[in-house]
Amino acid sequence: MALFILRRLIQSLFVLIAVSVVVFFAVYAVGDPIELLVSPEASMADRQAMIARLGLDLPVWQQYMSFLWRALHGDLGNSFVHGIPAISLIVQRIPATFELVVVAIFLTCAIGIPLGLVAGLYRDEPLGRGIMATSILGFSLPGFWQGMMLILLFAVWLGLLPASGRGETVNVLGVPLSFFTADGWSHMILPAINLALANIALVLRLTASGVVEARSQDYVKFARAKGVKPGRIVRRHILRNILIPVVTVVGMEFGSLIAYSTITESVFAWPGMGKLLIDSVYQLDRPVVVAYVMLVTLIFVLINLVVDVLYAVLDPRVQLLAPAN
Amino acid sequence: MTEELLKVRGLRTAFHTEAGAWPAVDGVDFTLRRGEILGLVGESGSGKSVTGFSLVGLIDAPGEVVAGEVIFDGTDLRQLDEEGLRQLRGNRIAMIFQDPLMTLNPVLRIGEQMMEAIQTHAKVSNAEARTRCREALEKVGIASAESRLDSYPHEFSGGMRQRVAIAIAMLNNPDLIIADEPTTALDVTIQGQILYRMQEVCRTLNTALIWITHDLGVVAELADRVAVMYAGRIVETGPVSEILSAPRHPYTQGLLQSMPGIAQPGARLQQIKGMAPSLTKRPSGCAFRPRCPNAIARCAEQAPDITTEGSRSYRCYVPIARESVPV
Amino acid sequence: MTPTDPEPTGTIGPLTDTPRRVAILKKLRRRPTVRGSVIALLILIVVVMVAPYFAPQNPYDLANLNLLDGRLAPRSPMMDGGTYWLGTDDQGRDMLSAILYGLRISVMVGLTTVALATTIGSLVGLVAAYVGGFVDAMLMRLVDFILGFPTILVALVLLSMLGRGIDKVILALVIVQWAHYARIMRSRALQERHKEYVEAAANLGFPAWRIMLFHLLPNCLGPVMVFATIQIAAAIVLEATLSFLGVGVPVTEPSLGLLIANGFQYLLSGDYWISMFPGLALLLLILTINILGDRLRESLDPRHA
Repeated sequence: MALFILRRLIQSLFVLIAVSVVVFFAVYAVGDPIELLVSPEASMADRQAMIARLGLDLPVWQQYMSFLWRALHGDLGNSFVHGIPAISLIVQRIPATFELVVVAIFLTCAIGIPLGLVAGLYRDEPLGRGIMATSILGFSLPGFWQGMMLILLFAVWLGLLPASGRGETVNVLGVPLSFFTADGWSHMILPAINLALANIALVLRLTASGVVEARSQDYVKFARAKGVKPGRIVRRHILRNILIPVVTVVGMEFGSLIAYSTITESVFAWPGMGKLLIDSVYQLDRPVVVAYVMLVTLIFVLINLVVDVLYAVLDPRVQLLAPAN
Repeated sequence: MTEELLKVRGLRTAFHTEAGAWPAVDGVDFTLRRGEILGLVGESGSGKSVTGFSLVGLIDAPGEVVAGEVIFDGTDLRQLDEEGLRQLRGNRIAMIFQDPLMTLNPVLRIGEQMMEAIQTHAKVSNAEARTRCREALEKVGIASAESRLDSYPHEFSGGMRQRVAIAIAMLNNPDLIIADEPTTALDVTIQGQILYRMQEVCRTLNTALIWITHDLGVVAELADRVAVMYAGRIVETGPVSEILSAPRHPYTQGLLQSMPGIAQPGARLQQIKGMAPSLTKRPSGCAFRPRCPNAIARCAEQAPDITTEGSRSYRCYVPIARESVPV
Repeated sequence: MTPTDPEPTGTIGPLTDTPRRVAILKKLRRRPTVRGSVIALLILIVVVMVAPYFAPQNPYDLANLNLLDGRLAPRSPMMDGGTYWLGTDDQGRDMLSAILYGLRISVMVGLTTVALATTIGSLVGLVAAYVGGFVDAMLMRLVDFILGFPTILVALVLLSMLGRGIDKVILALVIVQWAHYARIMRSRALQERHKEYVEAAANLGFPAWRIMLFHLLPNCLGPVMVFATIQIAAAIVLEATLSFLGVGVPVTEPSLGLLIANGFQYLLSGDYWISMFPGLALLLLILTINILGDRLRESLDPRHA
């Protein structure tokens, strides 16, 4: 197990380095880096200072090394717009985004898996077919439109929930979270649902097809031949087997949810990382964009690692040191 | 408590396709006494496995049991609802499937899969259920049974998995075990061990056994009686020794003659010419007619009824005469 | 003795001639939706083509616009006697015309993106499968890398580097999408590669590029085409999302996404039509394409009889 983790860590490191190379070349080597990194309002003197500091007069590979060096020390430049280090800007916004993502994942599992189970067990009946048909809407409708409709319905027409912004927060271990206030929840519910909808549809369909496949397996027939009660067959035999791919997908979707939060946060004016990214792209605040990319890649890579380990724990057939294909 | 445990009359199981419903099992009759071992023999496609599953109502769509009576200890199983059948399955009628790798759930431990077979039929504590499972494993010759209960199916070899399947079948002391080609997927030496175990189990507990196979050799060793199936019908039944020494039906004779053990070393293996018909292409009249060396005109017109001869019966207009076939 | 299957002189028919209800119903159900969505799609395409000639107003010719006409509800009358069937936006633009123009742009972006991505991706996949070895490994590493990140993120970052404009949007979308096609084409080509007709062509001395393009490619197009149909809707949605977020097409050539974004702020004050109608148009477009793609995939899937 330890060897497995080590191997995956090394692989992850390679991915990080690859991304850093791509980002570096996209920002520093293509086009005029000064243009990209120095705020247009900077004075001549500031420009010179920046050029010297960033070593833009040095050969490219040296520039990359110093970029890497600085990145490892958490220095990814200062935001043009806000003036403070890009990294700290992003880090400030992490709790807000993670709140949404966590609730979205919870909704995905709480709604997607049970509905998928029903859809799979009643596949040939109107109930199952209805659920599957509705799920198509979940992932084909654009996320931003779904968000807008939610606002229209619940905030404008019904007036039940606020249309935007984050609610009251409470400081937990120095991190401001809005889980603990009613106001926090009333602000969080709509964006979390919006974020989760496409995922719910995905997990629902995955669970349903998993159930259909599991049911036709011989071990289910054998369990019936032993006289095992139908409820137990679904719980212990079918569920256990489909949980594996579902868990994997949910884990991978964690990273994807962080990405899609850009849309939700824009629609709901939620002050998270995603909104920051959009604003920065719009305002050409490139250091923030770069910092975001690096950070998110790091998160993805860690998540993939955790998912792989989890998979190995859940499926006893997986050999952790299987030869790489 | 009558001697007759199972009486099957007119069993017919069909598979629905877009082109209609085709009978995989086309009017099967047989009887089984307590503690008796019946070998159900046939080629692939003869409907033998479908027969086995049909008895306990484990035929899933697009298949369906459409006719017949399955009288088990006085009760017609076909009249029972799913819950009624469930209470019998694994309890008084147990099954052993062909491929234990597929039939044991790969993500659950063996112990759990064994204990659930006990606890679904009776209120038994975990500790007691576990003890019974351990004893069952020991009875089928699995060493370190206690620790084996915590293993996963993929940690066992093929022969051991099948022994686990036998142990599971025995757990609730069933009156009848239906074994569907349990040794087909195993190599010959293991096969011998399994056969030995099965025989032991059935003799000591007076459990009836239906052993479904394509291998006449296995049947010769194990069974008391034989039923030979062809194209969805039973064409011959009777005590093993009589059938093997003096078969009446040409198909049975063909099967016997094609067994490798029969032929002289160096001589050609005999085969029955032609191939078994597929489900949708069964010939009218006697299904074996196109391949039968003795067929007459009547064989094409109407399928033969059952002719009884003492404790044997067969469906044939031109049965083979009394002398023995060299075995 | 060769085992032949002697022809039976008569076979028994089935027990009953009525197939299972489920089988029939399934088949029937497929037909109307296919027909329905094909018709809807054709209508949409025709509409898109003739939009400039049919629209009551050219919404982007500033001379046509009258600010006083801004934010009128649907079915309000026009000054010259016509009707603003779907209302106007804050600049006084007729929503119906704006939607027709917007549909055009959305469809154009979607089709172009998919056409380009399919071409590039297929070629890469083909080469990777045919040449194999190191080239294959490297190309697939690249593909895995790109596919490992969520599309929206990659598109956003790309656009932040490239700037605004329809061509840049298409470029970003193509960069994001081609990898899918490469993977599909490669796996299909790998299967076909070992078939005899490829060997025969090689033996006849045809150059590699000729074999790939004229022999291998036609036989591998199936799964790619099906995927492409579904991806048209995905490309349209992605473009709409990017435009909604403000990083997509420029204001001078608004797609449906931008229209929706423009109307968003008025949602809260009750002028729902500025966002709602472009949104519905987008939905209709996507749903018809998706349903069509889904049916196509089902009918081409060899597992369904």
